[in-house]
Amino acid sequence: MYDGRYATSDAPNGPASNTRQGPRRSGLVRSLVVCAAVMVASCQPAGVLDPQGPIASAQLLLLINSTAIMLVVVVPVILATLGFAWWYRSSNARAGRSPDQAYEGRIEFVTWSIPALIVILLGGVIWIGSHQLDPRAPIPANAEPLRVDVVALDWKWLFIYPDQGIAAVNQLVVPVGTPINFRLTSATVMNSFFVPQLGSQIYTMGGMTTHLNLLADTLGEYPGFSANFSGDGFSEMRFVAKAVSAGDFDAWVVQARGTGSALDDAAYAELAKPSQAVPPRIYRSVEPKLFEHIIEQTVSGSEKTGVGAAWCPPAQQVGG
Amino acid sequence: MLGNLSWAAIPFNEPLPIISAAVVVIVILVVLGIITVKGWWPYLWREWITSVDHKHIGVMYVALGLIMLLRGYADAIMMRTQQAIAVGGAQGYLPPDHYNQIFSAHGTIMIFFVAMPLVIGLMNFVVPLQLGVRDVAFPVLNSVSFWLTASGALLVNVSLVIGNFARTGWMGYPPLSELAFSPDVGVDYYLWPLQISGIGTLLTGVNFVTTILKLRAPGMIYFRMPVFCWTALAANMLIIAAFPILTATFVMLLLDRYVGMHFFTNNAGGNQMMYVNLFWAWGHPEVYILILPAFGVFSEVVATFSGKGLFSYRSMVLATLGICILSFMVWLHHFFTMGAGADVNAFFGIMSAIIAVPTGVKIFNWLFTLFRGRIVFTTPILFAIGFMVTFVIGGMTGVLLAVPPVDFVLHNSTFLVAHFHNVIIGGVLFGMLAGYNYWFPKAFGFTLDERWGKASFWCWLVGFYLAFMPLYVLGLMGMTRRLQHIADPSWQPLLLVAELGAIVIFLAVLCQIVQLYVSIRTREVRRDLTGDPWNGRTLEWATSSPPPPYNFAVLPRVETIDAFWEMKRRGPTAVEPTYETIEMPRNSPLGFVIAFFAVIAGFSAIWHIWWLVFLGLLAIAVTVLAFGWSENREHELSANEMARMERARLGLGRPA
Repeated sequence: MYDGRYATSDAPNGPASNTRQGPRRSGLVRSLVVCAAVMVASCQPAGVLDPQGPIASAQLLLLINSTAIMLVVVVPVILATLGFAWWYRSSNARAGRSPDQAYEGRIEFVTWSIPALIVILLGGVIWIGSHQLDPRAPIPANAEPLRVDVVALDWKWLFIYPDQGIAAVNQLVVPVGTPINFRLTSATVMNSFFVPQLGSQIYTMGGMTTHLNLLADTLGEYPGFSANFSGDGFSEMRFVAKAVSAGDFDAWVVQARGTGSALDDAAYAELAKPSQAVPPRIYRSVEPKLFEHIIEQTVSGSEKTGVGAAWCPPAQQVGG
Repeated sequence: MLGNLSWAAIPFNEPLPIISAAVVVIVILVVLGIITVKGWWPYLWREWITSVDHKHIGVMYVALGLIMLLRGYADAIMMRTQQAIAVGGAQGYLPPDHYNQIFSAHGTIMIFFVAMPLVIGLMNFVVPLQLGVRDVAFPVLNSVSFWLTASGALLVNVSLVIGNFARTGWMGYPPLSELAFSPDVGVDYYLWPLQISGIGTLLTGVNFVTTILKLRAPGMIYFRMPVFCWTALAANMLIIAAFPILTATFVMLLLDRYVGMHFFTNNAGGNQMMYVNLFWAWGHPEVYILILPAFGVFSEVVATFSGKGLFSYRSMVLATLGICILSFMVWLHHFFTMGAGADVNAFFGIMSAIIAVPTGVKIFNWLFTLFRGRIVFTTPILFAIGFMVTFVIGGMTGVLLAVPPVDFVLHNSTFLVAHFHNVIIGGVLFGMLAGYNYWFPKAFGFTLDERWGKASFWCWLVGFYLAFMPLYVLGLMGMTRRLQHIADPSWQPLLLVAELGAIVIFLAVLCQIVQLYVSIRTREVRRDLTGDPWNGRTLEWATSSPPPPYNFAVLPRVETIDAFWEMKRRGPTAVEPTYETIEMPRNSPLGFVIAFFAVIAGFSAIWHIWWLVFLGLLAIAVTVLAFGWSENREHELSANEMARMERARLGLGRPA
């Protein structure tokens, strides 16, 4: 059938069913085992895996369910790949071969059906999940929601409590069991407000307001941070979300009103200047409508916008 | 006179970049010196720099990609090391200013100057051979594309020494990338090279779509094309549709930065969300521009080394085209957390999950190609099997991220980083390395060493799992990406494992370099005299290794899928074919000259040296016009000469 020219399929390297890798491979396998052990050992529940509120819990459940649905196919595929590759190696005399079979209608039907069924199932999960866990959707609870306005600054978080008339930097204190209704914006570049143990993150963007509803249902301190790169101070743009009892929250508000300075225009201008690794602090009072003013200021152009464009003198850029 | 350029642009006070740059410059000078002393310039000029042969251009693309892989890897190991040691009280060795440039450069280089050149390089080399034709539709344009891509790569690397690179991440989101927040040249060093190489890529797309639609061997109807050609067609159609979006988006950002416009600024009516949408309207198809040709490589490799035709060719083609279309309907899944409503998020989530259907079909088809095959374990099929196992994991985490509420807690985390490295290393890179090992003998006439090739595969595989499985876990533990400093010390053990993985990947790269060296040293014993070292199925194996400049003396007649397999089945024809006089394109320095001036114009634009920008652009225009008027662009290869060359070639190919 073939002439000599084509009969050299495996030469010059020899049939490679003989795939020994020499000493390096066993060393690698050993280090792999050690590393897997490290991974398992250091894997205490934390972050997303340790939810402390209904949103985060629902999201973790969704994550586990979706993974389980897909593993139903993924695990057999991996095993079949390895199994077929091993059994049909060229040196296995017992393996059956059918070199000319490149099509089988029934198998083709199955290969389209399996992923399609999985995706139909997941599509339902996605549709329902997206609506139930919409960041804007209010969380049903007995308590009246607490309003918190969040402003991302270079490189710290400002939390304004409009109904309490106080504000805090890099410290978010919330009462347990009370839905928190966040409005968020940025006075600088895009950031993302995220407390993994409470659930959903959301972008903060200059001149715009995004909305987020979260709830903490256990007492504790949960790390929060920016999840969208924002420049030099990004790594330290962290805060602690403290979930305290309702009584402690009221006490904290009273205490806050009695300490610290006022967040007026001048204090805000000072705060808005870039600074890194800022320790938490409290403002006893806040300029009313500060959140709206910050959005207005960002849209209408502050000193940070449009400076030094190549062909225009800065004077024309400011105040647009 | 020199715009914003001054001695202050060179970071004399920072030893790390200066020393590494000095080493690179010295290496380049030594290489250039050797070339000069040995008198290789005329050869290089004739056979490579001015070559319009798709095979040589393909090889140069792959070489560019592999060299840039070293640069991108250097960035990677620096990042991993910083994250492994800068934990708790320690600040590591890279201040934010430097660290932020490194991760931005890593992403930019790996996508635009490693993955893209490798993919385009393989397509260049393989597609015309598989189609059974003599070259691409526009050979000179092909050379222009390559040299524009190389110009972009050069300019990005210039930022190491003169000035600095962007500190915005590889997506360059405004307003961080606007002048107000990035006043230095960093972002310009990101934008201009990508504009220049982007034009090159767009021209490649035009060239290959034309080639595949209009130039095929007689009898090669669409449904007889090898699957790699189908995937190349899909990828190049995506290039034509997607790259103009990127170019236009970058033009807007450049206008913001250079003339004070407000497309994406915070103030004066700018809208940053528009940039993010436009960027991913290009960015998601880009993912498939990279992965589809890799799927094509795996289709060829799995079929060849199983000794079977690819299972369900028709499904494979339909799946490829399905992915091609769907890839434009999912871009929003890159920013579910921007605050879109539940309907919008759910729609894009479901569309993203739907892509898993054609992708899953492909996996099943490879699986059933292995089934009842006769599998010969060479390096390429090891990469293919490693890919199948690894990619389904990456695909699964990808679909997880397509569930909007899950994305709300995993967006921008190291889980995401692990996911896209899972599909880009386990998919694109494994595919390119499989293709490199598979087609190397076709390009150079000798096979690559299998022992070192397999060692490299195992290091890549193990290194990948060590480096990225910990990142999946860290992402679930709440670690976000791009951290220069790690506050939580409990993350350190996993970061150290990831560091170890990066070192194992270094061994993989080292094995590949050794593999190349050993193979060249022992090339005489590993010559491929048949032109068909793997018992291949498609037309590239029908000609000699390396193929003659005209690829096929007589264009093959195609009657089935796997045309060469069918020819072998029927046996060789005894009659010597009748040769015809053909026209071959002449070498052209056009690409190199345009690229030279593009580098000058791009560099000058970065530094605001306007007169030189003008001169550079003018020179490009004059060069293009001069070339357009020249008529002496082809030379004839007479039938007699062809017959003589063929006899010499076949005489060599068939030792008595």
